[in-house]
Amino acid sequence: MIELFAQSGVSFIEQLTSNFWLALILKTVLVMGFFLVVPLGVGYMEHKVLAHMQSRLGPMEAGAFHGWAQLIADGVKFIQKENVVPAAADRTIFTLAPAVAMVPYIAILVVLPFSDTLFALDLDVGIFFVMAMSSVSVIGVLMAGWSSANKFSLIGALRAAAQLIAYELPLVLSAAGVVMLSSVTSMVGIAEAQESLWYVIPLFPLFVIFMVSSLAELSRTPFDMPVADSEIIFGAYTEYGGLKFAFFLLAEYGGIVALSGVAAVLFLGGYQGLPGIPLPDPIWMAGKIGVLSFLVIWLRATYPRLREDQLQRFAWLTLIPVSLVWILAAAVFKVAF
Amino acid sequence: MAIDAQHIDQPESGMGQGLLKGLTVTMKTMLKPAVTVQYPHVKPDLPARTRGVIALKQGNCTVCYKCSRECPDWCIYIDAHKETHEPAAGGRGRSMKVLDRFAIDYALCMYCGICVEVCPFDALFWSPEFEYAEYEIDLLIHEKERLEEWTYTVLPPPALEVGAEPSADAGEAAPGADGDTASRTAG
Repeated sequence: MIELFAQSGVSFIEQLTSNFWLALILKTVLVMGFFLVVPLGVGYMEHKVLAHMQSRLGPMEAGAFHGWAQLIADGVKFIQKENVVPAAADRTIFTLAPAVAMVPYIAILVVLPFSDTLFALDLDVGIFFVMAMSSVSVIGVLMAGWSSANKFSLIGALRAAAQLIAYELPLVLSAAGVVMLSSVTSMVGIAEAQESLWYVIPLFPLFVIFMVSSLAELSRTPFDMPVADSEIIFGAYTEYGGLKFAFFLLAEYGGIVALSGVAAVLFLGGYQGLPGIPLPDPIWMAGKIGVLSFLVIWLRATYPRLREDQLQRFAWLTLIPVSLVWILAAAVFKVAF
Repeated sequence: MAIDAQHIDQPESGMGQGLLKGLTVTMKTMLKPAVTVQYPHVKPDLPARTRGVIALKQGNCTVCYKCSRECPDWCIYIDAHKETHEPAAGGRGRSMKVLDRFAIDYALCMYCGICVEVCPFDALFWSPEFEYAEYEIDLLIHEKERLEEWTYTVLPPPALEVGAEPSADAGEAAPGADGDTASRTAG
């Protein structure tokens, strides 16, 4: 495939066809296919990894081999469920919210490169686009919480919003450190800039901060106060069921894939492999997404939920100052080398 | 891992050491085989003292009614009649009770095991069988034939610990390996 599409920096689809509409349809099908399949894989991995970390087996029955079809079965179940909207709910907003939560992660996948030609779109402002999109998702959660007409939903939504404001800053600051070193903001450009040295080595603290902030953005344990089930039932998703709830779940797992992919591009060289291991670029990228997704699940299995005030404290008093200091260090690194 | 009182108040010796320790615990657990037994496919390996169901060795029962009277929620049904044998040569004929019905209502039974304890002739046993669920509550009254079947799977008691006093009824084995019950039935 790499030899077939020799011109690097141009999407392989545009090298296949010069027809704009055909290319658009192909890209849409590819990105949507990726979004509908890969999060299921991560969801299955979560089932299995969490289970084994608790000395269980997890799903074993659906689809003869080790319950591989469990998430497909879950999907079929969600589709069959009744479409319930609470009487007091704001019907339009309530229905729209799952889509608003889900679409930004699809948008992030659009700019995720799997090799120097295997991507849907290489925006010049790639990383800005990713940062902007990753903060849109919380609007969906806010919409869900407000329109549900449920106190727990509203508390959950407001927690999600507060969390986003607190953690968006370290997320952007850690990405800024990378951009300072690479001097480009396109996702392919950032991956290309790491040919000799992955940024995780000079910018390790920023990598940690990026991963922690991603966890918080996705409301994943230990930063899952917006859905803290023992306090506020299930936060903004309390009133949701059936397909709408499935969309929120898909947004969560799609978000894990998308932000793992972004972290891989920013810090782990994207599709760049290690020297001496001859594997195709897309395999490298997929492997990195897999490893980072596993890390997200591993953290969920290990750590308990923080308290709301501890979470805010951690963001404002630890992550933001540390990321500022390391941006300074990145500047020194850039000038010195 | 039990919580060691000494360590509760001590702060972590290193920055983030506790966090790393937590990660190693979950990783080690993941790499060990899971404890789950895949039940319908694999039968569980139950210990000898499992209180699955109460089984009846009919041959040992003398219809003394002790079990049914001791039962806290009256879940044991016993019907019997008396039969008198003709004397061999004059005198009185010997009479004995014959068991007509022995049933336990497992919808009521609370598995206290008092009946097993009080039975003077070792007719009742704990059997490890547990698959006797029914679709209707009335069907949970199991009759003596079913109770007899469950005795086939009663496990021998576990060996005594080293240095333990020998038990009073050490000689008695599981109901399958009985010797004296046949004579008791024949009277």
